[in-house]
Amino acid sequence: MRDLLWLVPVFPLAGFLVNGLVYLFSHRTSGAPHPPADQPAAESSLAAGHPHAHVHLEAEPKWKALHTIVGTGSVALSCIFAFGAIFDVGIPALSSGAHHVLTLWRWIPLGVNQATGQVPGPLGEWFVDMALRLDSLSALMIAFVTFVGFLIHVYSVGYMGHDAGYGRYFAYLNLFMFSMLTLVLAANFLLMFVGWEGVGLCSYLLIGYDYHKKFAADAGKKAFVVNRIGDFGFILGIFGVFALFGTLDFGKVFAAAASNPTAYAPWMTLVCLCLFLGAVGKSAQVPLHVWLPDAMAGPTPVSALIHAATMVTAGVYMVARCNVLFRLSPGALLVVAVVGGFTALFAATIGLVQNDIKKVLAYSTVSQLGYMFLACGVGAFAAGMFHVLTHAFFKACLFLGSGSVIHALGGEQDLRRMGGLARRIPITYATFLTATLAIAGVPLLAGFFSKDAILAAVFEAHFRQAPWLPKLLWLAALFTASLTAFYMFRLVSLAFYGTFRGTAELEAHVHESPKSMTVPLIVLALLSVIGGWIGIPIVRGGDRIGRFLSPIVPALGGARVEEHAPPVSLEVALMAASVGVAMIGLLLAYLWYAKGEGRVPARLAERFPALYRVVANKYFVDEAYDVLFVNGLAKGGGRLMWEVDAVWDLIPNGTAAVTRGAAWLSHFFDNYFVDGAVNGVADSLQGGFRLLRRAQTGRVQNYALVMGAGLFCIVAVYLIFR
Amino acid sequence: MTAAQAVPGALLTGAAGWMFVIFAVLALGMAVAVVVARNPIHSALFLLSSFLLVACIFILQQAEFVGAVQILVYAGGIMVLFLFVIMLVHQRGVQERLTFQHQWDVALLFLLVFLLPFLYVLWTERFPELPQNLDAFRTVRGKIAGNTEAVAWVLYRDYLLPFEVASVFLLVAMIGAVVLGKRSAEKVD
Amino acid sequence: MTITINHFLVVSFLLFSIGLFGVLVRRNFLTVLMSVELMLNAVNLNLIAFSRRLSDLTGQVFSVFVITIAAGEAAIGLALTISLFRQRRTLNVEEASSMQG
Repeated sequence: MRDLLWLVPVFPLAGFLVNGLVYLFSHRTSGAPHPPADQPAAESSLAAGHPHAHVHLEAEPKWKALHTIVGTGSVALSCIFAFGAIFDVGIPALSSGAHHVLTLWRWIPLGVNQATGQVPGPLGEWFVDMALRLDSLSALMIAFVTFVGFLIHVYSVGYMGHDAGYGRYFAYLNLFMFSMLTLVLAANFLLMFVGWEGVGLCSYLLIGYDYHKKFAADAGKKAFVVNRIGDFGFILGIFGVFALFGTLDFGKVFAAAASNPTAYAPWMTLVCLCLFLGAVGKSAQVPLHVWLPDAMAGPTPVSALIHAATMVTAGVYMVARCNVLFRLSPGALLVVAVVGGFTALFAATIGLVQNDIKKVLAYSTVSQLGYMFLACGVGAFAAGMFHVLTHAFFKACLFLGSGSVIHALGGEQDLRRMGGLARRIPITYATFLTATLAIAGVPLLAGFFSKDAILAAVFEAHFRQAPWLPKLLWLAALFTASLTAFYMFRLVSLAFYGTFRGTAELEAHVHESPKSMTVPLIVLALLSVIGGWIGIPIVRGGDRIGRFLSPIVPALGGARVEEHAPPVSLEVALMAASVGVAMIGLLLAYLWYAKGEGRVPARLAERFPALYRVVANKYFVDEAYDVLFVNGLAKGGGRLMWEVDAVWDLIPNGTAAVTRGAAWLSHFFDNYFVDGAVNGVADSLQGGFRLLRRAQTGRVQNYALVMGAGLFCIVAVYLIFR
Repeated sequence: MTAAQAVPGALLTGAAGWMFVIFAVLALGMAVAVVVARNPIHSALFLLSSFLLVACIFILQQAEFVGAVQILVYAGGIMVLFLFVIMLVHQRGVQERLTFQHQWDVALLFLLVFLLPFLYVLWTERFPELPQNLDAFRTVRGKIAGNTEAVAWVLYRDYLLPFEVASVFLLVAMIGAVVLGKRSAEKVD
Repeated sequence: MTITINHFLVVSFLLFSIGLFGVLVRRNFLTVLMSVELMLNAVNLNLIAFSRRLSDLTGQVFSVFVITIAAGEAAIGLALTISLFRQRRTLNVEEASSMQG
């Protein structure tokens, strides 16, 4: 069975080919699948972004049945063969380091360069094989990628059922599964890169699925371009690996690095940072996070599959796969941890004030990915992968649940127009609440164990260059956990509790989703509950996933891996802290949104309008990029074309251009910088003063509260650092 | 009312322990009632009973002098003062519409958060295990004399300066209270 | 029932918290003062407990001082209450916000 591993990515590839060809064939005669924009029937009172909102020509039943069977069946077969291969090798074998490499054929057969006798690195290999590798890490990945992917395919049957592009959708989705499985099963860097690019392409195709809507098409382009920036780093990293080691095969590279760490350590930082840039782009970390919230323009199952459970975790997978290289460079690990921790906090703050149900989940995904990178950055790669797994369960459940809500409301995505849905769509509500509690870190559910493992690892980490950093990161992560619980329960309260705030027409439309949508929700909710039980801390033998993944993180340079378990009391205290802050977040969200109908946050938004504006506008990162890069490059590109045309007058034109440029620069500088600085200083000072004035309430008890809070901070700092 | 030294760190065992539990629970209950009661006279009476219960705990802990001082000064002096002032400014029929100020939710949240370092310290802090010497509270110059004498011995010898400062403080407080309580000169009686 | 220092710590912390809550939240100025007395009481409890645990009389002496200071502070506080009442005819703490801005 293990030698049939190649079928795991190939089944979806076959599904893509069949679905794609059938779709092309069946649509060749019927013209454009979407109605032209000037048709009045396309106008709908329901919000855009959902298949129901468009008056689409539905796909013909016989093709629809074919697309359904091929689309879901190929993934189902892939799942079966994946588990078959895993159990064939055996979980005990995988836990002790067995890896099965299935070499299909020699892909780039350049042979050993005997003419010059010069080969880069000690293992000079001028060839790359088409080879698949099954070890505990890739086994974990294909297990949940195929299973969750299958559930999402089933869900899509119900969700996209009325869409004319049904076949195209399933074709792209199958292509994505093929790319993702190739990425995960690849046995060398180059094949992984093929899968890496493939998932980027499918992300573009699927985000821009409704290509006749400008914002969806733009979002697809944005995702692809931002990803490309990361891919640039990844390619440089692959070049670096090849230059250092002379081979791209995972097994050989990591074995060489682990057995001889000092030889490679000097270059590792550069190589790892380049590789990490790829992960930053693919997994939407700051500063390349901007594509993920816009990617919500795609259909919701796409958001669930690609932008929650699988593609975005490819970055984490890559870092975990290359952990040997990263561990040779403490500087790179520091960067990974800081980027991850900062992103987690940054995205969580933005998620607090979003009003679109999918945007909240998008920022939540960015934040949770930050957690995973934080875990990898402190060396807890198993914990990071554990969180990948549990996150796949509850985030997919949340996204699919939100899709169910959107479906029930006929396309409405704005939280301010929802409310009171708990009684009307009970299954969706129950699964959504379960997944929310899981992500919040309620004890015994999946998210609690994985998040707790990460927090414990961060707290006990050591960074030689900055010994205070782990505690700071832990504080940030703890606060983020509280924010996570808060904004997720805010989401639940705004959508499901209280009174319905939409139109009466919408209210009549509310209905529970069909079984093809609710059954995957129930399965995922169930997994969100029990999925964490494979990583129970403290209890002896409870951390099954840690042991399963231990061969992925081998000892370096022949040193024995020391097992130092932290004291139980510390573990319990950390657990109590994380549960405590989560409860506080849940309680506060409940008080403010479920009971309080959002009056307190509305008042807060009124009292701090500038702060609210900054956070609600995502800290204006997109606008900054617009000004710095997009406009600059566009203007520069246009300018270049003009200069090429005027190549004959290059010298006089050039001189004139330089003079003009200098004058313009000076004018620009004067207007924007000098004046701007002066005015800006005055304005910001005034704004700051106005803000500070708010603190002078004149009421002694407010002052007392603030003093108490300050005292608490001092006590906390003292307790942490004594 | 003896303490067992068999269990290290035990301060009270057996019947005394149960008495402590009863006093403590009642004292906490009275304290909650102080904070929650609408009528300030009720609050004052609950506070009074809280003081008495805490004095009982003090006596359980071999601090008889402090217990007696608590009853005399706190319950007998301060609470009477409170009741005087309450009667003076009490406006009949005027009750607070809302007992709690608008920041009650934030204050509650803050207190819950404040709980965390306390729990952390409670779980991890190990106080030094010194042998308990009950006679320390009653000994004066090597002879058993009584708690009051022992406290007086320590107070007037080792802590004489703080004692004098405290008496100056009381003087200042008295003068301050008189000045603050005077009617302003413009008001004609 | 064995009572250890931890029990005392818990009781005094709870008493302190209740007092702190009262200080932060009540509108009637007199009740705020009474909550302050509760807090001082909790501190006394803590001192006596540790005095017993460490077999040191210093804790009891310190308690006496705390009671003294509490008495002085209550006197001043009540004088302030009377003064406030004479100025504004109200005991509502929130009304005394003329320092706002």
